[in-house]
Formats: sequence, C-alpha cells, structure tokens
Amino acid sequence: MRKTIAEKILGSHCGKEVRAGDIVVADVDFVLAQDGTAPLAVRAFREMGGREVFDKDKVTFIIDHNAPSPNQRVSSLHKTMREFSREMGFSLYDVGEGICHQVVMEGGHALPGGLVVGADSHTCTYGALNCFSTGVGSTDLAAALIAGKLWFKVPETMKFILKGNLPAGVYSKDVALYLIGERGAEGANYKAIEFTGELINGLSLESRFTITNMVVEMGAKVGMMNIDEKAREWMREHSSPDISLHPVEADAGAVYEDILEYDLSSLEPQVARPHRVDKVSSVGEVAGQKIDQAFLGTCTNGRLEDLRIAADILKGKEVHPEVRLIVAPASRKVFLKAMKEGIITVLIESGAAVINPGCGACVGTHAGVPADGEVVISTANRNFKGRMGNANASIYLASPATVAASAIEGKITDPRKYIQKTEDRGQGTENKRIDSK
Amino acid sequence: MKLTGKAYKFGDDVNTDLIISGRYKFSTLDMKDLAKHVMEDVDPDFSRKVEPGQSFIVAGRNFGCGSSREQAPLAIKEAGVVAVIAPSFARIFYRNAVNVGLVVLEGDTGNIEEGDRLEVDLEEHLIRDEAKKTEIRIKPLPEIMVGILSEGGLAAYFKKHGGFEIS
Repeated sequence: MRKTIAEKILGSHCGKEVRAGDIVVADVDFVLAQDGTAPLAVRAFREMGGREVFDKDKVTFIIDHNAPSPNQRVSSLHKTMREFSREMGFSLYDVGEGICHQVVMEGGHALPGGLVVGADSHTCTYGALNCFSTGVGSTDLAAALIAGKLWFKVPETMKFILKGNLPAGVYSKDVALYLIGERGAEGANYKAIEFTGELINGLSLESRFTITNMVVEMGAKVGMMNIDEKAREWMREHSSPDISLHPVEADAGAVYEDILEYDLSSLEPQVARPHRVDKVSSVGEVAGQKIDQAFLGTCTNGRLEDLRIAADILKGKEVHPEVRLIVAPASRKVFLKAMKEGIITVLIESGAAVINPGCGACVGTHAGVPADGEVVISTANRNFKGRMGNANASIYLASPATVAASAIEGKITDPRKYIQKTEDRGQGTENKRIDSK
Repeated sequence: MKLTGKAYKFGDDVNTDLIISGRYKFSTLDMKDLAKHVMEDVDPDFSRKVEPGQSFIVAGRNFGCGSSREQAPLAIKEAGVVAVIAPSFARIFYRNAVNVGLVVLEGDTGNIEEGDRLEVDLEEHLIRDEAKKTEIRIKPLPEIMVGILSEGGLAAYFKKHGGFEIS
C-alpha cells in the first residue's frame, strides 16, 4: 500500500500497517505542556493514579503563557509545575527561556519521523521538521505522560503544492493567511496536510515554521513538510549536533483526500481582519486603518528572521507617537542572537518596548492588553474576539514587515514601500547560510 | 440513556477564547469560578440563564475551534450544560470534551431554535425537537470514545483499564 507521511509515522509508532481512518494506539517520542495546560494535566495525572512519567528524558514543561507571573494565583500554578517536574525528574523551561514551540525545536526534541504530542494547539509547528506533532488537551497529555502512548485516528491527508517564488515584501505569513482565507477556519478539520512545491523549498526553516504553525487555524491536525538540506542544516545548528534523522516521505501514489495547487508568485501582503483568522484580504483593502498597538512576536513570527525583517524596516525610523510597538522574541536564544546582531538596539531605538520571551500579549494574560475600542496589528496566529484580553478590542494579523511598517505610520500600511529593491536578506527565496556553501 | 433540556443557540466557529477567555482561564483551576464566565463574550448572561442539567448548547459548524484548553469543555460542563450539539466540532475540543465527560453530538442543528425543548436519545442516535416535532440524526462516536464517555471521562477510563483498549 502506498502511504502518506501521516500513515507512515503513525504506523511506525504502533508497529503495524495503518491507513487513514484507522484508530491506533501509538508510542509518542516526546510530550510537552505549558502553564495554561500543565496544571490541569498534573491534576489528571494524579486522578489517573500516575506515579511516574514514562520516560523523564521525553517530557518537558514550559512556563511561557503567563511568564513572569502577573499575580499570586498564577504563581501558585507555576509552583505546581516546578514541583511536579522536580518530583518526576524531567526538565522544565522556566520564565524567560521562551515559547514552548521554539524551545522544543531548538532543544532537539522534535525530530524527523517522530511523533510528538503537546498540550498546546500550535504543537503542529514541528511538521516543518517532518515530525508528526499535534495538540491535545490536558487529560490526553496526562495519559501520555503515564503510558508514553496515546490513541490517534489516522488522519486523511490534503496535499498543498505551492508554486512560484514570493515577491519582495511578501512572506510566508502572507502565504499562511492566504491559504487559511481560501480554505476557511474549518477547511482542513481533522486532516493532516502535506506541503510541497518550489515555494516551500525556497523558504528558510523559520519561514516554514510560520506556515506549519498556522495549519490549526484551518482545523488541521498537523502540517507536514519534507526534510531537505536546509532542514538538516537548521537542525545541526539549532538542535543537538548528534541527532540521527529518520525523515519520512510520502509514496508516489499515496491516497490524498484532496490535492490543491497554488501559484503564489504574484501574492500580495495579506491581513486577517477582526475577529476571524480566515477573514483575509490584501493589505491594500485595509490600508489606512488606524492602529493603537503593534505586536511583533509569538510562536508564529517571533524568530530571528522575523525580528530582522522588522528591524530592517524600522532602522533609523520612529514608531508613530500614538502607537505602542511591543516586541517579544520567541526564545532566550533568539533574544541573544538578536542582541548580538544589533537588531534589539534598532528596535529599541525606534521606540519599541522589548519584553521577555513568552506568549502573554498574544493570549491576553498580560504584557499588552489593549483598551476598549483599540486596534492592534499583530504577527500572532489568532485574532479571536477577546484574544488579547479585551473583547472590545480589534486585532488584525499580518507579517512582521506589515506590522513594522504599520507601527511607523500609525495605520495599516503596505510594507513594500519600505522594502529595498535589491533585497538580499529575509524570508524571501534564499537562505544565505546555505547558499554560501 | 436520554437527555432532556432547553436549547441555547450559538453560531458557527465559536472558538475556545469565546467559550472561556484567556483572561480567566490561565489563573485558576477552579472550574466553578470559570463556569461563571462561560460564553461570556458571546452572551454575558449565559451562565445565569443556564438551568443546570436541563440545558443544551446548540451551535453551528466548527464549535470549539482554537486552543487546546481543556478548561473550555470543563467550564461548559461545570455550568450544567448536558451536551453540546453542532454539525461539526474542531478536533481538539471534540476530544477534550469526551475526555472530561461532556457529551458532544454531531448533527444538523439548522432548524433548532433558541428555547426549543429537546430530547436526546443516545442509544438511538436521535435528537427529538419537541417544539418542531422533528427528529435529527446524530453521528455515532467511535467505539473508543463511547468507552471513555461511559466511564465519565478519560481519567476514570484510564484508571480502570490502565491504558487504551481498542479492538
């Protein structure tokens, strides 16, 4: 039988041939939870009679959603996580280490051909590393902590073939928003996605993460990509140098529920309008909308490349006096690299408030809650009503470039006017490090 | 087993932030506290209107899209909602609901109106709308989910079986 990536990885983790629609119990390679979900998982773990985790080297907790703690109640939940991880002997990434998905990938915990579950819906990000990774709730997570296994329905797969090279000023975030706008919030519900095509091959890994991060916004269980030399290079540099890679590719003739082709060579910058991720239009249609706050960060677009693109636009310029620009690097490692490269200096000189790595502003816990009636443009993955902590605020989603350009002008702005014609860096179609070899 | 109660209608794509906002859910494990705020950003009075054990959430497509927060189905259950009925659910919410023992039913809710009295027959996979005198077919759950739900949730199921049982 010819198989999809999902069928192969779930099959190899349950020790039998499987096909889409089967329900299987599979071994997981890594399990993670963050401070919004881990405390409930600890409670469920106790209720289930758990005494130890299945493998202390295959489990981690991350404190990122509410970090550092804004109040006593949260502090107490964080304490529960720290005590549990110490008791069980597994690692915990504490305040300031970064957003769970960034630290899991940087830590070499998500590997090609692997199976990872995380109590966070954006766990699907690691598909760009060819790892079948998906979000679960706290009770499922507790079961996985105890058993090292979980039940899965083998998903049907939709194949997206992305063609063309992105024009200057257009990035993988624009691709993600465009595809979600095309397919809708439920367009891939319960499905795995496989992304292929020259557009994907041309993207840096950081840009690919933005796309796989957002597949859950069309309901997908995971968004898979193949491993190429760029991916190997990224893993050699960012995760453990001695990792063994077992990438999995789909067979020619595998059965797909749908095969969709898009040529995105003339794509324009995209913006998702309030309060839906799939309410997407070209930046031109919303340009001029006044903004009060701009946010650059998150597991979608808080990586070095994203900060660099924003800094290139903001260099020597000032954030509009009526706009707060908040920047949260995705991890400590990203933060340090951005400092060494001078990116943080540029951002702060432009007027940005740079905060510690974490999720706070995106999930509405703290560090950037908008006022009633205010408008935010953000590089995040969700703009649901109330998402940033105020149901009477409006959130637009866009690329780091669009967010940076909008921060300068105080209104939603097409970033292409700020992009130099001879663009030689950024998310476009090249990765300098690889190409220079 | 039969469930009865009154329908409270909601639209398509009700996301987990609308079910229980991040401004509450990240700071407590007290579900009674969270239940006071359930669906608040769609209907501020919802938690006061619900008659515990006698109320259904009847929604549109893709109910529960968004985050993996299990607090969403837990807060609904704690508020006293006996089941959520929708033509489709987002994947993680659906799984979480079953895991916490909240009944979720996939069926065509288009003709059900706010306030209709419903009777759900879980054995026959039918919803009877007493006001409209109509019957709506519901999609059966996979066997493993029936097993989990019949134990009241995954914690009890897992404790009893020591793992997952699939045929």
